[in-house]
Amino acid sequence: MSATTETPTTASASASKRAFDEFWHYFTESRGAVAGMIFMIFIILIALFAPYIAPHSPIETNSDFFRTPPAWQEGGTSQFLLGTDAVGRDILSRLIYGSRYSLLVGCIVICLSLTFGIFLGVTAGYFRGVYETILMRVMDVILSVPSLLMALVLVAILGPGLENAMIAIAVTYTPHFVRLSRAQVISEAKRDYVMASRIAGAGRIRLMAITILPNCMAPLIVQATLSFSTAILDAAALGFLGMGAQPPTPEWGTMLAEAREFITSAWWMVTFPGLAVLVTVLAINLMGDGLRDALDPKMKRS
Amino acid sequence: MSGSPVLQARDLQRHYEVGGGAFIKPSALRALAGASFNLYPGKTLAVVGESGCGKSTMGRLVTMMEPPTAGTLEIDGLDAVHGKKSSDVARKLRQTVQMVFQDPYGSLNPRQRIGAMLEEPLKINRPTLSAKEREEAGRSMMQRVGLRSEHYDRYPHMFSGGQRQRIAIARALMLNPKIVVLDEPVSALDVSIQAQVLNLLNDLQEEFQLAYLFISHDLSVVKHVADDVMVMYLGHPVESGPCKEVFETPRHPYTRALLSATPVADPRRTRQRIKLTGEIPSPLNPPSGCTFHPRCPLANERCKSEEPKTLSQGGVTVACHAVEEGRHEAETAA
Repeated sequence: MSATTETPTTASASASKRAFDEFWHYFTESRGAVAGMIFMIFIILIALFAPYIAPHSPIETNSDFFRTPPAWQEGGTSQFLLGTDAVGRDILSRLIYGSRYSLLVGCIVICLSLTFGIFLGVTAGYFRGVYETILMRVMDVILSVPSLLMALVLVAILGPGLENAMIAIAVTYTPHFVRLSRAQVISEAKRDYVMASRIAGAGRIRLMAITILPNCMAPLIVQATLSFSTAILDAAALGFLGMGAQPPTPEWGTMLAEAREFITSAWWMVTFPGLAVLVTVLAINLMGDGLRDALDPKMKRS
Repeated sequence: MSGSPVLQARDLQRHYEVGGGAFIKPSALRALAGASFNLYPGKTLAVVGESGCGKSTMGRLVTMMEPPTAGTLEIDGLDAVHGKKSSDVARKLRQTVQMVFQDPYGSLNPRQRIGAMLEEPLKINRPTLSAKEREEAGRSMMQRVGLRSEHYDRYPHMFSGGQRQRIAIARALMLNPKIVVLDEPVSALDVSIQAQVLNLLNDLQEEFQLAYLFISHDLSVVKHVADDVMVMYLGHPVESGPCKEVFETPRHPYTRALLSATPVADPRRTRQRIKLTGEIPSPLNPPSGCTFHPRCPLANERCKSEEPKTLSQGGVTVACHAVEEGRHEAETAA
């Protein structure tokens, strides 16, 4: 590593590089995190290059190959590595295209709920008073309904579809971020370093965004990564219930729903989409833990 | 007392409303019940007293983190109570008063590098400075407080308590303030480190002609650093004056009790400890008359009903009926 021998005088140019090196050093200390990250990169690449990797079109039906078993089982062909579904679509190709939807759902849901959650939570924790009370009671109401039920109701109002499913899931996740960031801000705002910044003349926005917020991020990052995976799960659940992505979209949950009646007769139709969800969620969770360890300077050793 | 004061406080009061609900009237907590004092450039005023006597409230008022409920506060010729409405005056006042906190672990932002921390006050208050000028100022201040240049890019958790307090002091001095409020700056440190930090504070005071408001309960530290002392009890200053005078001939019975409780590192010296009985009363419901009368060995009927006025005696101002009537001398003689 060249960065370790650098003199501090060349600070500004290499500051971001050094920060990254430092982050990388701590992140790679956890093997699970690295494994999770490698798998996530793999999934992201698959999602990006789906049209080049997938052997077949995800929605093309093939009337000669209804419910063909995987290649290694008796009756399977090497043409369809993981077999075909009830209408003869290649499961491998559908899984490959499905990764696009799952990642998209995760990203958008997290972006939406994290943005609104942090904004509402930080302002509530900073300003307190009536604003906080009203906001937190509204969040309590949202939280009091089971999240999947809440999402179902919202999708029923907005109409089924992947976009509306994402909005619905984001709404049900926002209160978690609001509560978490509010609690963090309340406990951090009392600390002396915030007072020191105020005495130095920092305004409200600077205090909230630059002084307090970075100290509240560790639990939010963990919550965000956990929610990323549960968002994928919830989207799959909505798809399974017929309220998320609509067929023939190759979304993993929707694939499970279509395969429901063949659970006993064609195991590959449910197993592979289920495994895809499981492994992706696990990889994200492992990565999230590593991310937290690397981003929290209190856990670093000097 | 030389020069003109950089801060003048007259009858400064701060009340808090506590309790209270939909149908309960909130009661006023008089955390600071009227204090008058001056700060002079290059001089240290120490405020001493038990916990809950209003020391820290005073710090918050002087740093303008909270407005006083009553009284006037004039900082560097500007009215700090009403002048704050004009943003120009507010900015000027902001840069005049800075603060060093008691706990060096809580007062540094754990996610900010030392350099960024030192540059922040400049970034906010001197927007015309370039990034390079800011860094230069930060690095030279770091050297001034005895830290090495390579510490600039480190995080607070990599430092010891004494080093952290040096960083906090450096941050407070970045804006060239005239007044620094030191809220028990050494009470969280080891005794050996305390001396280093106190000496550093002393050097900086001489170099920059700083006025210190030194809040402390450690009388042996106060004796070492203060030019003037103000003894507080339940929000009232009971005795104030030059450090030497107050320590050598304490007049107010509370000051005497405090001084007699200070340990002295001299095994041969026998001393009479004045033991105060009872607890410090709740400031929510302060005793009538002189607030000290329930615990005072010299209290009489007058003390229970009449609030003592401050009077000057030998360069010291003291608020006590016993001193006024000369009863405290008899006590000393007996």
